[in-house]
Amino acid sequence: MSTILKTHDINKFFYEPTEFQVLKNIEFEVQKGEFLSMIGKSGSGKSTLLYILSTMDTDYSGQLYIDNKLTTGMSNDALAEIRNEKIGFVFQFHYLLSEFTCLKNIMIPALKLGKLSEQEIEEKAYEKLKMLDMEDQALKPASKLSGGQQQRIAIARALINDPLIIMGDEPTGNLDSKNTDIVFDIFQELTQTYGQTIIAVTHDQDFAEKSDRIIEMIDGRIIRG
Amino acid sequence: MGINTSISRTYVTSNKKLTAVAVLGVLLGMSVYIFMNSLLVGFDKSATDSIFSSMSHIRVYKDDEISKVLKKDSASNFLIINPKVVPSNNTIINPKMVIETILSLDEVTVVTPQVNASVFYNNGKSQIAGMAYGIIPEEANIMYDIKSTMVDGNLDMLASNPNGIIVGSGIAEKVNLAINDKINLTSSKGINRTFNVVGVFQSKNSQIDDTKSYINLAAAQQLLKEGNTYITDINVNIIDPQQAADVAMKISQITGYNAEGWKEANETMMASFRMRSIVITFVSFTILLVAGFGIYTILNMTVSQKINDIAILKAMGFKGKDVVMIFVTQALTIGAIGVISGVLAAMGMVALMKTVYIGGDVGYFPIDFEPSQFIKGVIIGLVITFFAGYMPARKAANIDPVGILRK
Repeated sequence: MSTILKTHDINKFFYEPTEFQVLKNIEFEVQKGEFLSMIGKSGSGKSTLLYILSTMDTDYSGQLYIDNKLTTGMSNDALAEIRNEKIGFVFQFHYLLSEFTCLKNIMIPALKLGKLSEQEIEEKAYEKLKMLDMEDQALKPASKLSGGQQQRIAIARALINDPLIIMGDEPTGNLDSKNTDIVFDIFQELTQTYGQTIIAVTHDQDFAEKSDRIIEMIDGRIIRG
Repeated sequence: MGINTSISRTYVTSNKKLTAVAVLGVLLGMSVYIFMNSLLVGFDKSATDSIFSSMSHIRVYKDDEISKVLKKDSASNFLIINPKVVPSNNTIINPKMVIETILSLDEVTVVTPQVNASVFYNNGKSQIAGMAYGIIPEEANIMYDIKSTMVDGNLDMLASNPNGIIVGSGIAEKVNLAINDKINLTSSKGINRTFNVVGVFQSKNSQIDDTKSYINLAAAQQLLKEGNTYITDINVNIIDPQQAADVAMKISQITGYNAEGWKEANETMMASFRMRSIVITFVSFTILLVAGFGIYTILNMTVSQKINDIAILKAMGFKGKDVVMIFVTQALTIGAIGVISGVLAAMGMVALMKTVYIGGDVGYFPIDFEPSQFIKGVIIGLVITFFAGYMPARKAANIDPVGILRK
């Protein structure tokens, strides 16, 4: 097992409205292939931590290593490249580009990466759609799908560049229980069959219990995990 | 096609109504800008054409001398305290050499001497005051293109007939003159002389037509009781009329006589030219700028509408400059469509206005296709479009995705 993500002594303060330490000495490692859930009450700092891990939030002290490389202090452009290549995102809301077809939405991160030809990317996108059982929706506009379907398209988009880590911020927060189960099963299959690493922040106790590992946070500290 | 271009194209085509409104704004701004600036050039051209039909680019003459104030060293007791024009002859000494000297300059195309005599055209008991221009017909024709204004007779007849005269159409009408008729002129020196009408001209200016006539140089000298070396004016045309002031200064330096460019001689008219040019430039530029505001507003709206798209694109690894590219490309696409259609609209407007007859001295509407104005318009239009797009694009690039995605 190799370490994919590591934090060292991460602290973060909010200054508005008053000074408040939202993360305290966060220290943990994530191994390849782990399905990790982060839970905690709202305000415990779990989402804040996820956005620091995602490299989008750079306003913290301490060190963050992704793929054994220190990302703390890198330029925004360099971080954008890391996100493009190594991280896939699934949010509570799908954030699909409504004017594009599902297929194009899935292809966008790969087109940005530019390592494959457009045709190869399209084939790969179909592959992901097939895995998620969404092939027949490929050419529909993203806005025409149901909530559960949109979330599956968003997952396919997160997978298109074969990222090291998938980060989810309440990935099932907007879904009914049936779709929650579908999304969870997809995540589980990804980790078990494809060795995909997943870090997901969730409110859903059942979802967390079924994952490999739980990190529980209270008041900016990790108390379990 | 890159992914940035592909996204911006989708934004352009997905909201066709908004795009069309922005394009229409640029189209209007662009076409009015080009039209008004072409008009400005047309106005200036028609005005200078009319100036050059009766005036050379540079006039060389001997200025009146003014006596100097003489005073003693002590505080009071001036000897002469009100300076006056010294009574001296305004003739240019040794005009042939002066003409040759001026001709040796590279910029100069035509040089011709001229003597102007104020005269009365006698018609029985009534007299018409006017000015007879003593010219060398061939050279003067090159300079003023007199032949194109002739309505009757022939300029060449003037050269072959020492008593010939070509009168303005207004004089011909008032004194009831036709070709081969005789007319008596009285000069300011009291000389009476009868001339043979060999031609009638009509310029665009009725005041000139009512007072002006052309006679031979020698005849004018005789009217003024002067000999054949008496030359008051040497007229000079040069290659580029805009250089008149510089060449005039050169001529003045090498000949020692006063040389005045046409702009200095028509200071009042030039001032009104400048004013017109400032007003038209200001108004047309403002219209184009308003079109820029249109693009700016619509881009700003798009950025606000697509704020989620921008956030997720940035999360997925699009850099700030990619986002700038997406929106600037969108602005430039709108701008380019607007500019191209604006150029076509401007061409249509110019073509239409060219056929409108105004009448009077102007004739047809003084406008023409001015490539330089079209090019200028296109460049300014695209630059404004770029900045109108760049500002909202910059704003989009600076969006912090965390703030939006965490909602």
